[in-house]
Amino acid sequence: MKFSFSSEQEEFRSNLRRFLAERSPTKEVRRLMETDAGWERDAWRKLNAELGLTAVRIPEAYSGQGFGFGELGIVLEEAGRALLCAPLFSTAVLATGAILNAGTEAQKQALLPGIAAGDTIATLAWVEDPAHWDAAATAMTAKKSGKRYRLEGFKSYVIDGHTADLIVVLARRPGSKGENGLSLFTVAGNAEGLSRHALKTMDTTRKLARLEFKDVEATLLGTAGAAAVPFARTMTEAAICLANEMAGVADRLREDALAYAKMRMQFGRPIASFQSMKHKQADMLIDVELAKSAAYYAAAALDDGDDDVAAVASLAKAAASEACLQTAIHAIQIHGGIGFTWDNDTHLWFKRAKSSEVLLGDAHHHRELMMQRWAA
Amino acid sequence: MSELNEENVRAEVRAWLEANWNPELGLVEWRNKLADSGWGVPTWPKQWYGRDLPQALQPVVDEEFARIGAIGVAKAGIRTLAAATILAHGTDLHKEKFLRRILTGEDTWCQLFSEPGSGSDVAGAVTRAEMRGNKWVVNGQKVWTTSAHHAHWGLLLARTDWDLTKHKGLSYFIIDMHQPGVKVQPLKQMNGHASFNQVFMTDAEVQPEFLVANVGDGWAVTTTTLMHERRGADGLRTWAMGSDRKGRIYEEERAEIATTMEPYKWYPQRAGRVDLILQRAKETGHLTDPVVRQEIAKLLTMSKAAEWTARRARAAQEQGRPQGPEGSLGKLVSSHVARAAARVHTQLSGADALLTGADSPMGGTIAEILVSVPATSIAGGTDEIQRNIISERVLKMPKEPSIDTTKPFRDVPRNTVG
Repeated sequence: MKFSFSSEQEEFRSNLRRFLAERSPTKEVRRLMETDAGWERDAWRKLNAELGLTAVRIPEAYSGQGFGFGELGIVLEEAGRALLCAPLFSTAVLATGAILNAGTEAQKQALLPGIAAGDTIATLAWVEDPAHWDAAATAMTAKKSGKRYRLEGFKSYVIDGHTADLIVVLARRPGSKGENGLSLFTVAGNAEGLSRHALKTMDTTRKLARLEFKDVEATLLGTAGAAAVPFARTMTEAAICLANEMAGVADRLREDALAYAKMRMQFGRPIASFQSMKHKQADMLIDVELAKSAAYYAAAALDDGDDDVAAVASLAKAAASEACLQTAIHAIQIHGGIGFTWDNDTHLWFKRAKSSEVLLGDAHHHRELMMQRWAA
Repeated sequence: MSELNEENVRAEVRAWLEANWNPELGLVEWRNKLADSGWGVPTWPKQWYGRDLPQALQPVVDEEFARIGAIGVAKAGIRTLAAATILAHGTDLHKEKFLRRILTGEDTWCQLFSEPGSGSDVAGAVTRAEMRGNKWVVNGQKVWTTSAHHAHWGLLLARTDWDLTKHKGLSYFIIDMHQPGVKVQPLKQMNGHASFNQVFMTDAEVQPEFLVANVGDGWAVTTTTLMHERRGADGLRTWAMGSDRKGRIYEEERAEIATTMEPYKWYPQRAGRVDLILQRAKETGHLTDPVVRQEIAKLLTMSKAAEWTARRARAAQEQGRPQGPEGSLGKLVSSHVARAAARVHTQLSGADALLTGADSPMGGTIAEILVSVPATSIAGGTDEIQRNIISERVLKMPKEPSIDTTKPFRDVPRNTVG
């Protein structure tokens, strides 16, 4: 397994970091998070055209750049570090993954170039309410009607669900159970019978929506009744991508808290000179570096076609969930009173850490998935 | 002379090994050939048994040795620290006298740094070295000395001036362990083993030419030794595997390993034995308990992430890139893993964790884990010291104000013991 980034990858990372620091300063994050959409189409299209973020892992055959999860992981880590407000995870990870894993050749040809160019904003709607994160809990039904299908039911916790142009939806054949009878469909964001409303999210830098489907026309993506495997693969990829994003969030929290501790004077000396602070920072570094190693390893496992990748994905997500939140808690604590104010930026990353902890299943959930694979 | 690249070096070492390697040679005889050819320590200077190869080409040489099954120079124990220290700070006389017998394994070394009164604070040493006539005379006590009972030479940190500040009053010596003034006693640990020694020096003598660097340079030299100790912490276990091949040289190597590794036989238990966890969970019927499953998964997550972090650090090093922070965390992470493993082992063993030896699970192995793990967060630099090192060297956080480094050492408050 490859364990070190190449010099090209390191250069890609540092360019990206510089660029995002410029384009996504905290002021911009605060402005966008107050909007209903959470992002702006023109600015996003321009940024994406310059950096090719949604194109990174789309194969060249579909007008993408043809890189792997190593590179996509770098994109997400840097986006997490900058708290970039953009439909990146929804489009480049969830929808792209579902289309690549489930779609027919013709569907990939039709759908992916628009995503790679940044013209199509897309997402994946699978979770319902209560959220179980796994496919088997799906209740939404799809009835065949001629060559197309009609969807009935609702989806919740859909990332960028209220703004996406294209929604990939998981639904089941009426009367089917568990992982049988599941199919993926594509639905236009403005389809008739689809009503979408934004949920009020604690982390306002990542918008979620609830979608109601009343007899909505949908196109089958890939093979009918065979979505369980490509969907599971998409979830494995998503967990690994989120773990990489969280590594960026955690590292940013850690660095900002460190910079603050070096600057903040109390009792006539920088608080960073107190051993209690130094030991806390050393522990934070361990948490973050271990989570990074797991996230990097998992991305490499995807690129290498490792058979054990689903367990590794859960390990990485569990490690990231714990590390990112713990780092956020320490970061607020190190800032003291100012860290609990709205004006201080720490809470923005704290909330992203919290939302990422839960999204796609928390650490307990993923530890159990891991044990099912390693200790059956 | 051909260009220094992977292809040429591989061809050269392969040709040399094919012409010279013979498993029926004696171990010392073979290692003398390695010293003469420079292939035993190819990254060392040409003048001193090496070939001036860049570090990046060492793996090529290692691969060729492994391919033919050739044994390398003696690497285990304190002798490698002695070699690194002598190479960095020693005189030509030291290099002449000591390096070859280090490489052949004929001489065993020990490190005389820690004292009963100075553990984490190594620079607080109070062992005294005074010039009497034309010899240094040493009085004091050292502790936690691995291999002292069969060492020929010791790396000694001693105080030569009490009126200077703490770090400036120290000097570094090479002391002959086989003399009437040096007494070695085993030190029994809480797990029942005695892997270390206490060393009592009473008017022990050091020849003036066995001072390393200058009087007062002891701390700088000690830092070199400690740096190599931290860096090499993992090498020992890999090396200690030995080979089951037939041939006189392999037999001699197995005997050497048995002697060198004897003090370390409980070290796998000290690290927590994560490798036993799933098997134990199955045997004890805990694999279906959701609470235990979570604890096991937490442990495996930490231990895998630790393993991958070490690999990430190594990969960067092999590419000749400076290590990121991940390179400094291994020691502290390993004590987190060990403690977590001991907790899960206790959970899995239930009341059996009350027992030891033959009455306890796995013939005493589990009990040995539980009473050996506390060493991990202490030996070789406590967790607290590791955190100081990480925060100061990696994170560049300021040191705490110190009260012991600016006044004459004789005025610094210290332990009454030692």
